[in-house]
Amino acid sequence: MNVLGKYKSVVSARSTDKEILKASQDGGIVTSLFAYALEQGIIDGAVLAGPSSRPWQPQPFVATTRAELLKARGTKYNICPQISMLKEATRSYGLDKVGIVGVPCQIQATRKAQLYPIGMRDVPDKIALVVGIYCMEVFPYKGMQLIVEDHAGQKLQSVKKMEIGKGKFTVITERGNVTQLPLKVTHKYEQPGCHVCLDYVANTADVSTGSVGSPDGWSTVFVRSRIGEDVWGKAMAAGCFETKPIDQVKPGLEMVTKLATEKITKNQKTVDERAHFGVGKALRNPYI
Amino acid sequence: MANKITVGHVHMSGCTGCLVSLADNYLGLIKILDDYADLVYGLTLADVRHIPEMDVALVEGSVCIQDHESVEDIKTARKKAKIVVAVGGCAASGNINRFDRGGQHNQPQHESYVPISDLIDVDVFIPGCAPTPQMIRNVCVMAYLLLRGSDDQKALAAKYLKPLMALAKNPIASKANFNTLMQEVINVGLCMGCGSCAGACPVRAISMEFGKPQGARDLCINCGACYSQCPRSFFHFEVMDEYEAITDIINGAMK
Ligand code: SF4
Ligand code: SF4
Ligand code: SF4
Repeated sequence: MNVLGKYKSVVSARSTDKEILKASQDGGIVTSLFAYALEQGIIDGAVLAGPSSRPWQPQPFVATTRAELLKARGTKYNICPQISMLKEATRSYGLDKVGIVGVPCQIQATRKAQLYPIGMRDVPDKIALVVGIYCMEVFPYKGMQLIVEDHAGQKLQSVKKMEIGKGKFTVITERGNVTQLPLKVTHKYEQPGCHVCLDYVANTADVSTGSVGSPDGWSTVFVRSRIGEDVWGKAMAAGCFETKPIDQVKPGLEMVTKLATEKITKNQKTVDERAHFGVGKALRNPYI
Repeated sequence: MANKITVGHVHMSGCTGCLVSLADNYLGLIKILDDYADLVYGLTLADVRHIPEMDVALVEGSVCIQDHESVEDIKTARKKAKIVVAVGGCAASGNINRFDRGGQHNQPQHESYVPISDLIDVDVFIPGCAPTPQMIRNVCVMAYLLLRGSDDQKALAAKYLKPLMALAKNPIASKANFNTLMQEVINVGLCMGCGSCAGACPVRAISMEFGKPQGARDLCINCGACYSQCPRSFFHFEVMDEYEAITDIINGAMK
């Protein structure tokens, strides 16, 4: 199995937009690409994960201006059901060219909505730009609250940034306190549905991106489809990004491949084990 | 164009919304009728009294088992059609007809309505209320490729239709409603909170609470859209990884 999916090119990249970079998780790729697409009329709005009334709980929303796009920056690590807004974006918001950002399972959901639009009237032809974000797993909101408040001992309201990487869950507060938890503490709070997920780098997005593989402050970007190639090419020509060849950065593509292989191997094992979960009884496999 | 397939619209107890959805392909419908399919039967559209031989029967609506004529019609449709498609929730899972219990003028004895797969073998399910124009279009194009395409096209159409054919053989799908989503996705540890189910529901019976679907079951009309739209009901990589090529084929066919 090709764990990185089909792609036309891969680079290490960073936004050239200072305002966007300031509050972005990594290279500001998603916000900059959507800002460019919005400005050029490639999309007339985007479905994104934005803030809600609870601290650190994301809520899907439709952004139609650059100012609204900027509200969606940063990774939240807990579930945000973007696809619930996909049809709504074409209806209440009247969008004809919808952009959507999501983790791999949400990109799968978007492609299923396009190929099998069973309850997604008029959606298939209105998807204009699909951007995927790498994902190892997410937590339910209450799981994240347990991790931050009970294990890391911080109030969710006081948290400035969360990070998962290098075997650690890191919580950084507004006052600068840094708490790190080994991932073996947080594993049990992961969303169960993530354990059968066989996609790490959003294999069917137009463009997929994440920090893994690139130096701090940069992102690794896969350009995958015709649409992806077209939009990325134009954004590059317009000077939205600076890039470095992926084979000239550390830790490089090898790291992406390593993590993708780890995730998919582990989860494929879970899928296989589900076939013999009980005594002569299986749990359902959605992939066959 | 020569070598078109023949298609009929068989109307059982449904609201004609499925037919309207087919028509909502606008020029796409004209294209389908010009190049791919002759409409050989349809109460509202074709002046033909008896169900004729045809390649594909698009069946809309549930069957009332106390209505002799409907029971005979659905059996005839099965005998005369190579492929029977249950179009829409009423034909596939019963939909609102599941709430019928008779006692109304002028046929008070008509009280038992069943999805068509309770009475005949069905080949393809298109759930939803109304089923979407694009889903009906996709199935029409794929049915054409399956019956008239090159070997490659036949193989592709078979891959594409496979999960919709599996639904037609699955007793769970013919009873689908919000509970199906609970039982077949959440209860078996597959939900990842994407929200497709909530987005698909035509009556907004599903909200996402803390990242998981919450059903207002009194609102649910048994259309089956949430379950079959869910990426964790079926998701076949051999089809989904080819989404770009398949989209090209469908768009190309409609040009
Ligand atoms: S691990 Fe997979 S299922 Fe879980 S949130 Fe990430 S992409 Fe979705
Ligand atoms: S569509 Fe399926 S996976 Fe997505 S939120 Fe609904 S039940 Fe969960
Ligand atoms: S919850 Fe909504 S989508 Fe699901 S079966 Fe009921 S009416 Fe249909």
